[in-house]
Order: sequence, then C-alpha cells, then structure tokens
Amino acid sequence: MTRTIHLSLDINGRQHELDVEPRVTLLDALREHLALTGTKKGCDQGQCGACTCHVDGKRVLSCLTLAAQVEGRQITTIEGLATENGDLHPVQAAFIEQDAFQCGYCTPGQIMSAVACIREGHAGSDAEIREYMSGNLCRCGAYNSIVAAVREAAHATANGATVKEKAEVA
Amino acid sequence: MRDFSYLRASSAEEARNAALQAGTALLAGGTTLLDLAKCGVTEPETVVDITHLAGLGEIAVDATGATIGALARMGDVADHKDIRSAFPAVSESLSLAASAQLRNMATIGGNLLQRTRCPYFRDPGTFPACNKRNPGSGCSAIGGVTRNHAVLGTSETCIATYPGDLAVALVAFDAVVDLGDRKVAIDEFFLTPGNTPDRETVLERGEMITSISIPVSSAAKNSTYLKVRDRQSYEFAAASAAVGIELEEDGKTVCDIRIALGGVATKPWRAHAVERALVGKLLDAETIEKASRLAMEGAVSHGGNQYKIDLAPRVVARAILTMAQTMGALA
Repeated sequence: MTRTIHLSLDINGRQHELDVEPRVTLLDALREHLALTGTKKGCDQGQCGACTCHVDGKRVLSCLTLAAQVEGRQITTIEGLATENGDLHPVQAAFIEQDAFQCGYCTPGQIMSAVACIREGHAGSDAEIREYMSGNLCRCGAYNSIVAAVREAAHATANGATVKEKAEVA
Repeated sequence: MRDFSYLRASSAEEARNAALQAGTALLAGGTTLLDLAKCGVTEPETVVDITHLAGLGEIAVDATGATIGALARMGDVADHKDIRSAFPAVSESLSLAASAQLRNMATIGGNLLQRTRCPYFRDPGTFPACNKRNPGSGCSAIGGVTRNHAVLGTSETCIATYPGDLAVALVAFDAVVDLGDRKVAIDEFFLTPGNTPDRETVLERGEMITSISIPVSSAAKNSTYLKVRDRQSYEFAAASAAVGIELEEDGKTVCDIRIALGGVATKPWRAHAVERALVGKLLDAETIEKASRLAMEGAVSHGGNQYKIDLAPRVVARAILTMAQTMGALA
C-alpha cells in the first residue's frame, strides 16, 4: 500500500498543496505533480545541473532534494523568473541575446544557476564564471556563449539596467 | 528509489533515538543519501530529516579555534571570513569541491560521511560483489579498472578511495569531531578498511555528528590546499594535499609542518613521514622533493592507479613549495 504525505510548498510565491510518496524529490514534485515542467531532469543524480532551482534564494539541485524537506522554504523555478507581464529576467534576455544554447535542455538550469552566480558575486571574470558555473553541463557545448551571457547579464545587473534597456541604448 | 517513511525531527534527541533503529538514515543535505538510494546502494526504511533542527549550523571562530555546526553548509563555511583567514586550507578544500549547487546543499557533517566514488560500489546491479556494500561478497575493483582507486591504506578486501577534500584539511590540522556524548580526533574517526570495509568511521548506530572543532595554529593559518584532477573544476581529486607550515623565529627553519593527502588513500591520509623529514630543515626544492617522496611509503599499485604513486609526491612538493614561497622561506 502506498503511503503518501501531505505537503504545502511555496513555489514562485504561490502555495501549492500536494499528496506524494515520501521519496518524491522536489524535481518530480514540480514536473509530475504540479505541471511545472520548466525544470528539467537530466541525470537525476546530482551531476548535470539541469534541475537547478532556488531554495530560500540559494541554487540547489532539485533531483537530490526531497519535496518534504523544503516545506516552509521559498522555492523559485525558471517559471518564476519573468515578471507577471512577461518581461524576461535580465539573465533570460542575455541568453537569447548571446544565443547561449543549442538544444535548450540544460538552459533552465543554466539560467537558474547564472542568476545565483551573479547574485553571489561570482561573475567577476570569465574564469570565475566558468568555475562557478561548472555544476551545469551543456552537452551541445555552448559554453562560450553561456559565459558571454552570464558576463553580459552581470554587467547589466551591476549597471542597474536590464539587458533590454542596454540594448536599446546601444 | 525504494519508498521509505519520512520523519522530520524536531530535536537532535528525537533524531538520535530514531537512528537507533536499523534501516534508519539521517537526512541532511541529501547529496549522498538520495544519490545512493537512487543507485540502489542504500535502501533506508525510514529517513529522518534533520535539516529543520535549529542551532546545529552555527560557525564560530575565536582565538582558540573554530567550531562548525554539523548542519553548516559547505558553501557557507568556505566563504566564512574568519575560516578563510585562520584556516585557508579548510576554506580552499571546500570551495574546490563539488559544484556551487552541491556546496549550498551538503552539510559539514554529511561531507565527512560521504561515501566512496568506487564505480563498483555504486553499481550493485552490475557488480554484486562488493565487501563494503555486502561484507564477504568479494571486491570487483581488484583486478578491474582501478584508475581512481587507492594506493594507501588498502586491504585485500577493499581498495576504494575516500573521496572528500574537507576531511583531508581537517586531518592535517587535528580537528575533533563532536558526537554529542563523546569527542573523537578526526584521524581516529576514519577507519581503514582492513577486514571490515563496510565500517568506515567509528560512528555507532544512534550517534550523530553535532559539530567539528579545529584548533587555531600557526601552521593552519599558513596553509593551502592543492587539488590535482582530470578536469579543472567539479571533479574528485586524482591527488590532493593540505599543507600548513610554521617557521622558527628566523623565518626560514621549519618548526611545525602539517601534510595530509586526498584522492590516494582509503581514508584522509596524514603524511607523518614527510612532516618528520622536514621539521628543523630549511626549505629548498631538493629537500622538499626528497621528503615528499616519503608520502608514498607503503603504497600498493593495482595497475590503473600506478600514476598516483608518481603524482601524489609531486602534488605534496608543489604545495610545500607554494607555501614556502608565499612565506618567503624558500631557500
């Protein structure tokens, strides 16, 4: 007989109620129970970074986090980055601007990781970006463009402008 | 992953009591437990979540030493200003480990208890024989692909490498593991496999790491962690070394030196022979290189890992040279 537990999760500022088996990871809760499929399942073993989300503002791997563990925490997924009216987050805009993907499967994880990387102050140089983004693999090998996007978004954030505004000025 | 029941502990006492039951696993960062549960290496019946316990994640540094709560996250310890200043090798060992995401999840207590990356241990479906997983079943690694296996501290039952970085720095600087009811010197906390490779630490059922303390020392203050690996980032060590040096008042002669190795042994490995060979000496390149070779005393190759016997002394030597240079003591 399947045992389920009731959870109430704060995701992207909204409260979600769900009944899941205790073994359900945050990743599976998002994708299979809440239809938030923006977060991707790559290796499902904590090695590829495709499932990166934020918990209380810090980037973590949702495949190695139990949904039950994060009750009471604030969870942000890729769906929670853009504004209500659809304006992209500066990092999302920079990924488009720099064409920082090919197949796109690792992209939500890359973007969630990049947002945190910039916020942590670890995007000061290309070498630092490469080091602090090393937990996100891209099998298409779009790394050069990913680094360029993170650099551009970090610069835009530091200047207090969005990437879109910067492009318009240019 | 097999299903389990979930208990969110409301006190350390409740967690310890629950952990007295066979089949119960404590869940902190989850980066080892959930990974191994998915691999089928561990199949807990009950998972006790200790991440909501208050007061176990503090980091405190004073004139005598640092105390790091078991639930402090790797990333927070790595970036802690006072840890960086009093124990650079400890901070570096953490920031060179895993990825930014994993460092935000994994706790200090859990980090010490991380399991080996031996691919035979991690794949029970393909390799039923593993003395660590299933005592008495044999070792699939011996005679297999051994590039990442240990050359020091091995036995005929197990050659799996201890994978961590932090514990290497902690062993160099005589940290103490606090288990609540008793304290254990970190070097004695870890066990070599011998005939019981399933037993990796002295931790008994129902015990839990509550904190780790590191005494302040001049050697810890003047320390570095050098990690050599197949990739520049996000990879386990092929060989690593934590090195700390205290000089005599002349600023040249070694008064105290601490050296520990990672990536080459079945437990974090203190290189006492190298230390003894350098105390009282002036640090020139030849003396350093000669002494560093003593790090491999008793090393056993299994073929694929022969390169570690050549590599590790060079890593030790480079770390000592770097520190000597930084301190202006290179003769």
